[in-house]
Amino acid sequence: MIGATLVGIATSAIRLATPYLYAAIGEAIGQLSGVLNLGVDGIMLMGAFTGFYVTLLTGHPALGLLAAMATGASMGLLMAFISVTLQAEQGISGIGLYLFGLGLSTLLFGMTVGTVKTVSGFPQAPIPGLSRIPILGEILFSHNPLVYGAFALVPLAWFVLNKTPLGLKLRAAGQNPLAADSLGVDVIRVRYVAVVLGGVLSGIAGASLSIALLNVFQQNMTNGMGFIAVALVYFGGWRPLGVLAGAMLFSTVNAIQVWLQVQGVKIPSDFALMMPYVITILVLASMAKRRIHAPAALNKPFERGGE
Amino acid sequence: MGAGAPRPPFLRRKMRQTVDRVEMRGIVKRFPGVVANDRVDFDVRAGEIHALLGENGAGKSTLMKILYGMYQPDEGEILVNGKRVRFRSPLDAIRAGIGMVHQHFMLVEPFTVAENVALGLPSSRRFVNDLDRVSARIRELAETYGFKVDPRAYIWQLSVGEQQRVEILKVLYRGASVLILDEPTAVLTPQEVEGLFRTLRHMREEGHAIVFISHKLNEVLSISDRITVLRGGQVVGTVPAAEATRTGLARMMVGREVVFRLERPEVEPGEVMLEIRDLWAMGDRGVPALRGVNLEVRAGEIVGLAGVSGNGQRELAEVIVGLRRPQRGAVRIGKTDVTGWPPAALIGLGLSYIPEERIRDGGVPEFSVEDNLVLKDHPFPPFSQGIFLNFPEMAHYADRLIKDFDIRTPSRRTPLKSLSGGNIQKLILARELSRSPKVLIAAQPTRGLDISATEYVRRRILEQREKGTATLLISDDLDEILSLSDRIAVIYEGRIMGVVKSEEADIEELGLMMAGVESR
Repeated sequence: MIGATLVGIATSAIRLATPYLYAAIGEAIGQLSGVLNLGVDGIMLMGAFTGFYVTLLTGHPALGLLAAMATGASMGLLMAFISVTLQAEQGISGIGLYLFGLGLSTLLFGMTVGTVKTVSGFPQAPIPGLSRIPILGEILFSHNPLVYGAFALVPLAWFVLNKTPLGLKLRAAGQNPLAADSLGVDVIRVRYVAVVLGGVLSGIAGASLSIALLNVFQQNMTNGMGFIAVALVYFGGWRPLGVLAGAMLFSTVNAIQVWLQVQGVKIPSDFALMMPYVITILVLASMAKRRIHAPAALNKPFERGGE
Repeated sequence: MGAGAPRPPFLRRKMRQTVDRVEMRGIVKRFPGVVANDRVDFDVRAGEIHALLGENGAGKSTLMKILYGMYQPDEGEILVNGKRVRFRSPLDAIRAGIGMVHQHFMLVEPFTVAENVALGLPSSRRFVNDLDRVSARIRELAETYGFKVDPRAYIWQLSVGEQQRVEILKVLYRGASVLILDEPTAVLTPQEVEGLFRTLRHMREEGHAIVFISHKLNEVLSISDRITVLRGGQVVGTVPAAEATRTGLARMMVGREVVFRLERPEVEPGEVMLEIRDLWAMGDRGVPALRGVNLEVRAGEIVGLAGVSGNGQRELAEVIVGLRRPQRGAVRIGKTDVTGWPPAALIGLGLSYIPEERIRDGGVPEFSVEDNLVLKDHPFPPFSQGIFLNFPEMAHYADRLIKDFDIRTPSRRTPLKSLSGGNIQKLILARELSRSPKVLIAAQPTRGLDISATEYVRRRILEQREKGTATLLISDDLDEILSLSDRIAVIYEGRIMGVVKSEEADIEELGLMMAGVESR
């Protein structure tokens, strides 16, 4: 009984971590290049809607996913244009992008679908062989493809950031863009690439909700997940592995909270819902001093000096 | 053909030629409101060190940033080996064999040496970094030019001198035959300067062409083959170093005779006015910046605090003026123990402060000249009466100081930020000295000022000495310390390594103390 409960909580923690992983790793990439994008939640909502709508129309979740990625890319492009080219204050433009995504996704949903509908999203895809392993098989290898993708993204992002020339340029653009520029690195282009990539990943994060985990779309269905993703980037110290640790902590607390509610444990449901956020704040506060990895040029528009 | 450095494989294929001669002809560069370069001609050849000499704002850095592709000239042309070229970005200049070491280092601090060198270059493994090969090549280059560097060390772990070597390595690694150094000695100890000069001479023998930007006459005379002097964006002249003299060059730089000797009449030092006992304090990074400083300054005396920047000078000044909390130890002004006092109380006691960051700490950039002049004394009569400010009195006072201290400003209403660096410094000087201070802390009082403003500031500080002020002069410029101080204290890693009388001071000995060798 206890065993089954733990397996259930672990399995659902893995599932719940999925959107956070996509969004937070995308955000980490953008931040490492020097751009703080607070619009993640808005991009997720737009990704969730387009993914859902295209799947509804075509019946193919893969097409829905592509549509969500394209939407994320265009919103990332918009953010890059505003913050990198126009050099607008990043925090404010990100909030603007969030409100834009929230409003537009609600509007489009009302115009096109209007009522609650479900789609058949990505099916469960147990990995042959591995999913037969007792306990671990159920926890790790019996999910839908977007869940596997999220976890595969962690080592992939780590490799690209730390072991490739692109990663070096990207981190340099966020740490010392003037130095990067003086060595012929196109800082503007690197930041565009990073922010657009972050947008694509946020789009996937949204789609993972609407066409993989829940298979519905509702107004403001992300409920602030995009902002938690931004917090996870700080929590994880801008490292993919750290982001993974943060996402798992957060989703585990969330899974426990859901389980407690299902069990009918007598705590007010509002309090239970609050738990993951309270824990996030506590952990972040406890690590407030540990900022050594923060990209030094985060939030600073790049412009060639004219001293 | 000049020999040039051996090139890394990725460059070897593309460009076999080395640079024999770079010419800039008729270069004009305008910035809003100023002509930074006005029809400048300049050339440098393989196997020579060509110094570019001039005051701040003469257009030296601008000219070299044009050569390095960071700025586009409005007029004029650049020729490499007689062929016209156009550099749209530093990358173009690097491809043509031109490299630059910037005044403010262009290094990514959380990266390793090898990562900094490899940044922006294609990897020999295409999509995967080749830092191991880069490191091997760095070791080779370091050996060729006779310096030591660990490719795996992080930049923040290195001393300033070592960081500069990384900058030079970056340029050499890219196979540059032309090397531009922008004020390379500003941050080095005398010994490190000697080390740099050895490397530069070595590179000259290898057939490199070197441009050496500086405003220090002695250095320029000792390292270069030819000297070009810029003033107000124009070339005053180019002379062979062998035929140049200090006074001649100074005249070219400033456009008039310059007095190097400052009048320092004998002043009998009086009572101890500033006393520091076993002072400890933390730096910004949470490590001790001061580790038991002992120092005293008497009335009518200037004590120069020499040292490589970052050894606790800034923190010491901040503790004395009440901006930083000491951990232990004592500061006394006159007979009063003022340890841990807030700035306002210290100001009332007759302490004046010329801060190192004159724009950030010395005034409010958006406020007018007038407001900045009364910033410290505005709560006291005659500037305030009850809760009201006395504006006519403030205006009168401001006008008087503007005249007395020769502050060049359109009016007393002009915001501080539109004044030049020299005039901002004169304003701070006016505010601080007109309060007849008992103790003056002057931190880098002439940094970034041109020769005339420097002369003026130094004269004023010496005048103050005759009036009996006890002055602690903190400066990275050893010449300044030597020419103004009665005694010289050397600080290293938060400790005073020794105090010597100015007339008995020996540059060699000071340099050793600056590098951490205890005196005697």
